[in-house]
Amino acid sequence: MDEKTIIARRVAMELQPGSLVNLGIGLPTLVASFVPRDAGIFFQSENGIVGMQAMLEQGLETEDLTDAGGSPISALPGAATFDSAFSFGLIRGGHLDVTVLGGLQVDRQGRLANWMVPGSMVPGMGGAMDLVTGARRVIVAMTHTAKGRPKLVDVCTLPVTSDRCVDLIVTELAVIQPTAQGLLLKELAPGTDVEAVQRATGASLIVPDIVPWMDIGLT
Amino acid sequence: MSKTCTVAEGVAAIPKGATLMVGGFMGVGSPHRLIDELVRQAKGELTIIANDSARPGVGIGKLIGARLVRRLVTSHIGTNPETQRQMLASEVEVELVPQGTLAERIRAGGHGLGGVLTPTGVGTVVQEGKQTLTINDRLFIVELPLRADFALVNAWRADHIGNLSYAMTARNFNPLMAMAGDVVLAEAREIVPVGVIPPDEVMTPAVLVDRLIGRSRNDG
Repeated sequence: MDEKTIIARRVAMELQPGSLVNLGIGLPTLVASFVPRDAGIFFQSENGIVGMQAMLEQGLETEDLTDAGGSPISALPGAATFDSAFSFGLIRGGHLDVTVLGGLQVDRQGRLANWMVPGSMVPGMGGAMDLVTGARRVIVAMTHTAKGRPKLVDVCTLPVTSDRCVDLIVTELAVIQPTAQGLLLKELAPGTDVEAVQRATGASLIVPDIVPWMDIGLT
Repeated sequence: MSKTCTVAEGVAAIPKGATLMVGGFMGVGSPHRLIDELVRQAKGELTIIANDSARPGVGIGKLIGARLVRRLVTSHIGTNPETQRQMLASEVEVELVPQGTLAERIRAGGHGLGGVLTPTGVGTVVQEGKQTLTINDRLFIVELPLRADFALVNAWRADHIGNLSYAMTARNFNPLMAMAGDVVLAEAREIVPVGVIPPDEVMTPAVLVDRLIGRSRNDG
């Protein structure tokens, strides 16, 4: 199983039935594939819909119904569409239960940087700053390292997305929770160990006596 | 006077250097006929306020590609490498605004508010140089309203007097911008007699629409 699938499967297990969830573009979008259809989870897309679902059959696309990346989607029975001010009212107003976002860096304080690399990549923040500021729970879904360099760092060197501390970080190696004392190692992926995860992490981890294996819902 | 005009007449009224709000999200719900006509009439040195610059050759990406934009106020340019290249070469000035803040600034402009207070951006570069206020022990950034000389919007349906209704995710910034432009130009997928759009389904009332772009024989 590739690392992105491991991450997406583990994040999917965090989503409670009946919740309203926004998935960022890229890796987070994969999470929807691992959520049971009967879980009653509604996905929001910030371009103006609650109740989006993947396009199930080719040939049914319409140019007026897409996700935030502009790709055609479908909608569940009970879906609703609205304008951009309302969409971000949902996000900022505390109505969104969970946002799952990709990350470039997360630091010891749990601050996320995911919107620019000065001088080389300036895509803009899009909805990311509102999502991190406003969602009840922020889950970062990202690979543990990029080109061998840790993405979990002592202090973010890239511009942060918000001063809010994220709630959970899921990588292919571990599940980590930022706390007031630092980054707490909550779960380990099968096939790795504490030393290997610490070596791949740019901040020191708080390691409890017992660290359970990461469950990715294969049972 | 009828508010219906051709796309060429509608765009002819826009001077070079004007500030335009342009609806759409990644080209979905963008006023494509008006954009094509801006390119054809080569209206340059524009300030464009829009959610994103789509992709090269798509929607607002056409204005970027034709080098008609001097300044862009937007939330995202990551899908258009040409916008990023022009920005890094200082050929276009880009003001990046968080998407929810952009929507609220436009709403404030259209609704007569002096600005909005938002927690989005606190503790980031977005806060730099801006006023803040503490309300109930929480820090907020004062974000100022946006208005434009012209708002260019796209609807699913318009009726003969210019009531507008939008479809699904093609609504996005269009109804907000229709409130915030001094002159509002609307194009629609189809134009229907008054009464076909029931009052409850009118999302932008006709009183806001100054020019309704008529269909031409060449339109698919």
